Amino acid sequence: MPRFMMFVYSGGGELTLERVQAMNRYNEELARAGALLALDGLHPPASAARLTFAGGGPPSLTDGPFTEAKEHIGGYWIIQARTQADAVEWASRAPIGDGAIEVRRIAEEADYGPEIGEAARLTQDPPEQTTASE
Amino acid sequence: MGEAQATPAQIDAIWRIESARVIATVARLVRDVGLAEDLAQDAVLAALEQWPASGVPPNPGGWLTTTAKHRAIDLMRRNATLQDKYAQIARDLGDAGDAPALDEEIGDDVLRLMFTCCHPVLSTQARVALTLRMLGGLKTPEIARAFLVPEPTVGQRISRAKRTLADAGVPFELPPPDELAPRLASVLEVVYLIFNEGYSATAGDDWMRPAMIEEALRLGRLLAGLAPREPEVHGLLALMEIQASRQAARTTPDGAPVLLADQDRSRWDRRLVDRGLAALERAESLDRPVGPYYLQAAIAACHARAPDAAQTDWVRIAALYEALDRVAGSPVVQLNRAVAMGMAFGPEVGLQAVDALAAEGALDRYHLLPSVRGDLLARLGRGEEARAEFERAAAMTHNARERQLLLARAAGIA
Repeated sequence: MPRFMMFVYSGGGELTLERVQAMNRYNEELARAGALLALDGLHPPASAARLTFAGGGPPSLTDGPFTEAKEHIGGYWIIQARTQADAVEWASRAPIGDGAIEVRRIAEEADYGPEIGEAARLTQDPPEQTTASE
Repeated sequence: MGEAQATPAQIDAIWRIESARVIATVARLVRDVGLAEDLAQDAVLAALEQWPASGVPPNPGGWLTTTAKHRAIDLMRRNATLQDKYAQIARDLGDAGDAPALDEEIGDDVLRLMFTCCHPVLSTQARVALTLRMLGGLKTPEIARAFLVPEPTVGQRISRAKRTLADAGVPFELPPPDELAPRLASVLEVVYLIFNEGYSATAGDDWMRPAMIEEALRLGRLLAGLAPREPEVHGLLALMEIQASRQAARTTPDGAPVLLADQDRSRWDRRLVDRGLAALERAESLDRPVGPYYLQAAIAACHARAPDAAQTDWVRIAALYEALDRVAGSPVVQLNRAVAMGMAFGPEVGLQAVDALAAEGALDRYHLLPSVRGDLLARLGRGEEARAEFERAAAMTHNARERQLLLARAAGIA
């Protein structure tokens, strides 16, 4: 089943009632089309933590805010779409204001060879994925 | 995307997203889904001519709908017998202008479209083809590939179905309350048929066949959004999600079937299981009488919840089969119930139930009856009788893989 993750990179900007309502309408449209599988918004990067790995030693920890980054991931959607073009079309309609959306196809077990697929399989249930319809 | 230039792939994508809503909105005006689809197709042709140069308009769905409505008016001006419809559309357009309809209204139109495409006046095959075409935005060649039938056959099915709907004067309306249950059952049946077409596809089949699973799930979610108060809608969605979760585990790499008890449960897709269980809970939370899809989903959920085959809650499964037998009884359901009773209460109890069923004679030609009997007899240590039953079952099945499996079981008895 082709699934796509759409990451929002937003350039900040005020969170207004109008923006939230427009986003709500968009999310409902995705759900109504049967395309929406999951979505979440993220807290601002002020509360983020970044771990940097290098040279095989323990990672170094940096706390936010990350003022050097102009854009940060603000949230994501996971949708079902027949083709990349369909996913891009959905993404083009998202009312995010200024910013960017990156559309990435989610890798499925069948995309790998048997050996990698076998190794990548979880031996335990993954935690429940957030669902959009709750 | 408002900028210049649109590619055919982009227009295709827009069509897949918008087609159901465009056809449904136009159908409410012209009161004829076949005509509405033709007009919508005309609008797409216009888009293919204009958008590559002009760019995609800001509201492509609205553009397609308005263009299709204007085509309807052109057509009716030229056709005196359609004058009444023309007058109606002219009034509606005059009232509403080109203002977009409310989301709720469009949602109702899509639901009307679904009920109309699945109208009982149509054959089952016609309902399936029409639903995929009108609600899935699939083209005739895609439907043909998914169902392994020649393209002209699908084309004929669709045009005949459109004519049948027009000739029968099927109104573009939601069914009245007293007809809702059977009409909804017809819609659910079509979605489940589409699902099973994908689910029964074997490795190496054209990718359009397995894609039907995904299209059925999408239709199921769409329906759950449009008719959220109907427990069977959530029940069907739950059933499809849980069954789809086993897709990777149910056959060996060379295509041989793997029985549920022998499946590697780590290969079940937990995301689909979780979504199925969530849909099941939504059906339960409605606190209304449940139907056959809900009950089948609840049985599938018992398997999905069990960490391994030995920990399956067979007592609950037996009870669910009993409930299923009450609302949608059949000898096959009763046979499944007997299997569950044999697992829950011991092979002796199961064998009594199977023998009672065998005495009724309805399953005389069903190979799974001797197969189930053989299994119960083997568990009771009655090897000779068990072997004879497996051999009888092997002689009755038409499926070569299944015959191999049954003969292997016969040979494996000590």
